[in-house]
Amino acid sequence: MFPIIAQNILNALQLGSVYALIALGYTMVYGILTMINFAHGDIFMVGCYLSLAAALFLLGLPLHLPAGLIFLGALLFSMLLTAILGVAIERLAYRPLRQAPRVSAVITALGVGLFLENFTLAILGPEPRHFPPLIAMTPWQVGGLSLTLLQLLILIVTALILVLLDLLVRRTLMGMAMRAISDNRPIVPLMGVSVDRVISFTFALGSAIAAAGGLLYGLAYPVLDPYMGIRIGWWAFISAVVGGIGNIRGAMLGGFILGAVEILTPMVLPSSTYRDFVAFSLLLLLLVFKPTGLLGRPLFERV
Amino acid sequence: MTPILEIKDLWHFFGGLCAVADFSLTVQPGDLFGLIGPNGAGKTTVFNLITGVFRISRGRIFFRGEDITDWRSPRIIAAGLARTFQNIRLFKDLSALDNVLLGASARHDYHLWDALFHTPRFQRVEQRWSKRAYELLARFNLTRYAATPARHLPYGDQRRLEIARALISAPSLLLLDEPAAGMNEAEATDLINLIRDLHREFSLTILLIEHQMRVVMNLCQQVTVLDFGETIAQGPPQEIQQHPRVLEAYLGREGNTSEQWPLSSNQ
Amino acid sequence: MQKRVTILAGVAFLLCLAWVLPASGWLNPYLVMIFMYVGINMILTLSLNLVNGYLGEFSVGHAGFMAIGAYVSAILTVWVLPRPWAPWLFPLVLVAGGLVTALAGLVVAFPSFRTRGDYLAIVTLAFNMIVKSILENLEILGGPRGFLGMPRLTNLPWVVAWVLITLFLCRNLVYSNVGRGLMAIREDELAANLTSVDTRRLKIYAFLISAFFAGIAGGLFAHLLQFINPRSFSILKSTDMLVMVYLGGVGSLTGSLLGAAIFTLLLEALRPLGLWRWVVGPLLLILLMIFRPHGIMGFREAPWLRTVSREP
Repeated sequence: MFPIIAQNILNALQLGSVYALIALGYTMVYGILTMINFAHGDIFMVGCYLSLAAALFLLGLPLHLPAGLIFLGALLFSMLLTAILGVAIERLAYRPLRQAPRVSAVITALGVGLFLENFTLAILGPEPRHFPPLIAMTPWQVGGLSLTLLQLLILIVTALILVLLDLLVRRTLMGMAMRAISDNRPIVPLMGVSVDRVISFTFALGSAIAAAGGLLYGLAYPVLDPYMGIRIGWWAFISAVVGGIGNIRGAMLGGFILGAVEILTPMVLPSSTYRDFVAFSLLLLLLVFKPTGLLGRPLFERV
Repeated sequence: MTPILEIKDLWHFFGGLCAVADFSLTVQPGDLFGLIGPNGAGKTTVFNLITGVFRISRGRIFFRGEDITDWRSPRIIAAGLARTFQNIRLFKDLSALDNVLLGASARHDYHLWDALFHTPRFQRVEQRWSKRAYELLARFNLTRYAATPARHLPYGDQRRLEIARALISAPSLLLLDEPAAGMNEAEATDLINLIRDLHREFSLTILLIEHQMRVVMNLCQQVTVLDFGETIAQGPPQEIQQHPRVLEAYLGREGNTSEQWPLSSNQ
Repeated sequence: MQKRVTILAGVAFLLCLAWVLPASGWLNPYLVMIFMYVGINMILTLSLNLVNGYLGEFSVGHAGFMAIGAYVSAILTVWVLPRPWAPWLFPLVLVAGGLVTALAGLVVAFPSFRTRGDYLAIVTLAFNMIVKSILENLEILGGPRGFLGMPRLTNLPWVVAWVLITLFLCRNLVYSNVGRGLMAIREDELAANLTSVDTRRLKIYAFLISAFFAGIAGGLFAHLLQFINPRSFSILKSTDMLVMVYLGGVGSLTGSLLGAAIFTLLLEALRPLGLWRWVVGPLLLILLMIFRPHGIMGFREAPWLRTVSREP
């Protein structure tokens, strides 16, 4: 029994890593603009396809590059391009709406998401694409557990990104400006930082991290289709809410919780089709008893 | 005679901060009662506790002899208590008429059914209240704004519209939260006269929070002074003005004997 | 009086038209079908606008309500009622579906006492996902494969009649103490509480009525398609409804009608574009939001829907 549980926890950590990485994008944008960026799941999907394109291109070169280099190349390429995409979406679609009612921005985000999905579909066609196996999948047996290099890589890369992000937000000027905006927007211009630049930076950062998540996801679950971002996006979004939307550490925590929910549900209930039911019921219960999520700040209204 | 409002040993804390400490107050029918004190003294908190905005942890509040401590806001207001706000809180995108009508929301005694089918009963009730609302708009010289969204009214008119909204339900007690805030000398004088007239005209009891000493001295028969959540003096205005603790707490400390409270720095 | 006669005549005319046009063959079945979709979408949009436009909350899970109405009415006509009676009892079937859906509306109404804004939006989203997930796991209702066997009871006159009923009731509600109270909650909930608006009761009303009509629309939908599956009521369907509401304009009945009609007809008109229709559609939506963030009619109303001024 123990090895099965441990194995599932390991799988949950792997999936939770991806959710955590995507949840970060939701939570950072929410922290700064108090806007739910419903297009973020689709930005992840684009990141996934971009890393596929880069990996295929590098594999096709007659250089016989080592797998590690291809991985790094795909990672950097997709992070960079996806960051640009995120910034462009903010510039073109969200910025004109900053003074408009908040729901207009949310509707626009839904529109952007649909656009990204269907544009990808129209260009690439509906048949799913397959990610080439870059990293060896041969499992090592460690104390009854089977662990692959890929799983290890996913956990290490995720941990690295989470630590770097935490440092960036806590230690750098840009990170401080981000926190200042989510606490209290009016003082930021006083810090000598342009609000627009901080917002662009946040979108770039969130999208780049989602792209990293896209590459890791593609390696672990190598079937890509243009609508893949919807389900994963929703799950990542719930992760962000469970952790307390707007709170970066909360998003990480939420991601791992949701990963666990998804992996452990079939162990308890008859079929994996119950996972949505379990996840969303948990979410509802949490919102009823702790409306601002696990690590979120309580809302306070002035009279 | 039963007091119209009786507050007994009221306490309130925000986190660890004590906002109201052992506050008691008795308002008799017909009173024009003032509640004064510097910023952060807990005056608005007292109003919020009376009207059910915050839950009351210690102390009791009685309205016309009834214990309203645990009631929710709409029930308290429907029982005949009305209030205005320090920062005007009109329904900004609704017309002035709708704003006034909303003050009588609980007194539109028809059911969902009547609203869905516009039954004769609905027509009767709506007609009665819209007639009353127009009367009030006329009383406050606001008739021309009946169809105008509240946000487009001039500041002083917005303040008066808020009072009209509070009065339509014919409350027996009116709580005014800094009605003269943001007004200049002349406007404040008009307001003093208006409140005095309303007090008589609607046979109201008024409990009023104010910063401007002049307004309080001109209007109120009874005054309570709050500082850091504590009641430091109570009595008629002339007495209060001479009260040693009041002088020490404000005027003495600041070395300033102007008519205004030295700490009245808001707006 | 004059106005009332005009309106009654208009209603009678519309119903006759809805009956005569398809029966006489002047309108080909394809167009009749599209008009029926327009009508169903109008009911959905009016229903959603009650919550999102007038109450000012942000429901993103209305497809969940629609699903309940669709399944309940479908179960009634397939399993419960004898087939020959079904056409006669169709209105009752729809109302029954609507009433069950209204009860489900309470699931969202109660959390709305404590949570608002984005968090309530997430509650509605979760509601939508949970309903869909339950339907997928109920093998007796066909699970993910769906439920079929309903007679085709929905026709243009019924759709038109239900659009008119929905419009009539919503319009009456909006111009009443209830509607004013809902808008007051939208503007400033705390001030509403402090002007004696019973916000909890009004929220229950709003969700009950909104869910009821979403359920009616679901019933019409089920008996038009004669086949429903959980995927027809996914979050994408909810998104469609949101788009129609915000396209037409929040807080406007006229806007709801326009939004539903334009959205449905435009998607049909773009059909020749094939896959690209789903690219152009969202782009148009984004442009609309940027240049008209309140939608076409936001907070405005056509004169024939407004009440006459009541100034004495």
